Amino acid sequence: MKMGEFNMNKQGGTSDASTVESEIKTHLLVQHWRKDFPILHTSLYGKPLVYFDNAATTQKPSIVIEAENHYYRHINANVHRGIHTLSQQATEAFEATRNKIRQFINARYEHEIIFVRGTTEAINLVAQSFGRSRFKAGDEIIISAMEHHSNIVPWQILCQQTGAALRIVPVSDDGELDINAYQALLKPKTKLVAITHVSNTLGSINPVKTIIKHAHELHVPVLLDGAQAIAHIPADVQDLDCDFYAFSSHKLYGPTGIGVLYGKAELLDEMPPYQGGGDMISSVSFEGTTYNKLPYKFEAGTPNIAGAVGLGAAVDYLTAIGLDAIVKHEQSLLSYATELIANIPELRIIGNATQKTGIISWVMAGVHPHDIGTFLDRQAIAVRTGHHCTMPLMERFGVPATVRASFALYNTKNEVDKLVSAIYQARELFK
Amino acid sequence: MNDLRDLYQDMIFDHYRQPRNYGRLEHANHKAEGYNPLCGDKVTLTLILKDGVIHDLKFEGAGCAISTASASLMTESLKGKTVEEALSMLEDFKALVTGASVAKDMGKLSVLAGVQAFPQRVKCATLAWHTLQAALNSSTEPVTTE
Repeated sequence: MKMGEFNMNKQGGTSDASTVESEIKTHLLVQHWRKDFPILHTSLYGKPLVYFDNAATTQKPSIVIEAENHYYRHINANVHRGIHTLSQQATEAFEATRNKIRQFINARYEHEIIFVRGTTEAINLVAQSFGRSRFKAGDEIIISAMEHHSNIVPWQILCQQTGAALRIVPVSDDGELDINAYQALLKPKTKLVAITHVSNTLGSINPVKTIIKHAHELHVPVLLDGAQAIAHIPADVQDLDCDFYAFSSHKLYGPTGIGVLYGKAELLDEMPPYQGGGDMISSVSFEGTTYNKLPYKFEAGTPNIAGAVGLGAAVDYLTAIGLDAIVKHEQSLLSYATELIANIPELRIIGNATQKTGIISWVMAGVHPHDIGTFLDRQAIAVRTGHHCTMPLMERFGVPATVRASFALYNTKNEVDKLVSAIYQARELFK
Repeated sequence: MNDLRDLYQDMIFDHYRQPRNYGRLEHANHKAEGYNPLCGDKVTLTLILKDGVIHDLKFEGAGCAISTASASLMTESLKGKTVEEALSMLEDFKALVTGASVAKDMGKLSVLAGVQAFPQRVKCATLAWHTLQAALNSSTEPVTTE
């Protein structure tokens, strides 16, 4: 089996003093970070929880839990309307997160940050507002074979509505996008490229800058699904030059039910509203309605204010730790775990891209992923089993399902050892 | 680990590794496909039904230990049964794996009672039985456990 080549922080067999010192430093840092997450100190079936389902959702640090709690205890009011003090405080807290997000992804303007329910709603918003208002029969939308269902189905719905067609960039055996095929698919009739920044099943980090550069040569806008990238690798929207970037709060240590659509102001400005209601208007009469300016045009109804406050705390938390330290730790875990897991007999890792985040998917001869999942669960090890909302990708690799372990900043090598040892035990049981 | 052992009893492993009545009946007059979107398990059930009696049945598909063993055990227990008996066994089996009520003694099928402690796996255990229901109704549409 071909192993991934890890460019970042490759772990070798060397034992020079600086490597050891760096290992110890990281170990101490991670132990420190772990204290911030209350749930990591709970047990299941009498064993300490080992949480490896971070690609589904990450656990929340106390600072996020406390921020929501504080908001409801001391601030709770509706935003953007009341003249009273609480309403003003709620508005300030809500809008402060918008600014934090702007800084976190380095957007040019605050009004390019639209609050939505999550990545799924962000993509649906672009499909229905941007796509539906300008796509027609004969137009084409490019996605890839490794997309999550939430970056497939909104486009299928749009295609049914407009007569546009989907074109699919194939994925190699290692789990990398075929960039030559992508270039061949790009044509004057291509109206949008929607690609995931990081694959939720394979962990592959896609060459999105190259993808965007080629698309822009034909003036085709690009949407990036950043759900799996946002907490694990830097996402600088100006550096990437993407036209839309979508992500969910709950995958970056924040609350569920809130997420972000970033869009370039000039595109968002031209787009019609996605939903109608309060907050998205400047004036309403039965003769006609004038829509509010950005970003409120796309934020109909009372938003998830507490969620935004929690998300703001999560961004503060990540910023304080620094993505560099997180990348370094997660890459080190990935390379450690990949080596151990790949050595398990009759086990095949699905996804060996050169550039990966901390996601390992595998199948094992004779043991169905669901049986491994149940076995690991009883050892208090949480992994994901199934198709990971990427059924076309499962088809591509000829497997009905995989087991997936996905890492976050609080996971340790000791936890990886527990996982590997449990997989060996499962193998014994099912032999 | 005790409930794991209750779930994965030796008979389950036996039927997982050597499923009985595996394959397709060439002259089947009833057929249905079952699918569990949660885990990707698929099962195709073919049966020969004459005068309200299940003369023969076979299953085919890829699945986890629980769904494969359950399908295998089901095919063994249904040969020679009438449609009414089969449907009544389906209800008893659902009660057995969900722990919904005090289940009757179901012979070999009782080996799947351990599923009670694993609510996430009930769909694995019942996939073949849901497919049976569809096959008896002569449904040609694939059934899902969702």
